[in-house]
Amino acid sequence: MEYLRAFIVGGALCVLAQILIDKTRMSPGRILVLYVTAGVVLGAVGLYGPLVDFAGGGATVPLTGFGYLISKGVKDAIDAEGAVGILKGGVTAAAGGITAALFFGAAASLFFKSRPKR
Amino acid sequence: MNTDGKTYKKFAQARARKSPVLKNCAAAFASGGAICAAGHGLRTLFSSVGFSDADAGMLTSSTLILIAVLLTGIGVFDTVAKHTGAGTLVPITGFANAVASSAIDSRTEGLVPGVGAKIFTVAGPVLVWGISAGAVYGVIYYFVTALR
Repeated sequence: MEYLRAFIVGGALCVLAQILIDKTRMSPGRILVLYVTAGVVLGAVGLYGPLVDFAGGGATVPLTGFGYLISKGVKDAIDAEGAVGILKGGVTAAAGGITAALFFGAAASLFFKSRPKR
Repeated sequence: MNTDGKTYKKFAQARARKSPVLKNCAAAFASGGAICAAGHGLRTLFSSVGFSDADAGMLTSSTLILIAVLLTGIGVFDTVAKHTGAGTLVPITGFANAVASSAIDSRTEGLVPGVGAKIFTVAGPVLVWGISAGAVYGVIYYFVTALR
């Protein structure tokens, strides 16, 4: 059942983006920025946390989940350490994902050849 | 043939390719949902071997990122993404694909001006606006809690 909830919520977030792409011709890069920012805002107003509790991976795997992680990191760091948390919390919470993407991406550029776009 | 603008518009619309929005949405739903369910499975797996919730989430993202980067490297990701659209873009896999393909495509321009700089073509905007939005929230949250 929890897998079904993850599937439906995650799928719905993708459909929303697909509609934006098809109807507004928004570029994929803008979609990603919109989603990460929306995740921060929804996390900040307290709506995204309950969605994570409900849908698990369906809410954390989409890029909105990355934004939520940033907002949660900022909030938790401020609660624990005060104002310095404003500067530390977000990136600390997102550190693993950022490092994985940059490190694996850079490594891939050494092992794989660019191929022509079709 | 005698045609005015209105008749022509009707004529053209009847023959234009139907916008495949519905088909695209179905594909995005199925593929995006499947990736999220798989991510949920990974989270459960990492939690069950003793990682904290936060670490299980981080390891899930990192695993999905690694898979997406490898599939990008061997050229499979782009082929699949043509059919899945937002279904592979919106999950963390889309972010990983954007990072890896910018890095791989800019390799010929060198390691510093090429890979080092261009790896941020898509990742940069996401990080800049995501982190900045977080900082704005932090300032608001700090003062709201301080004044209470």
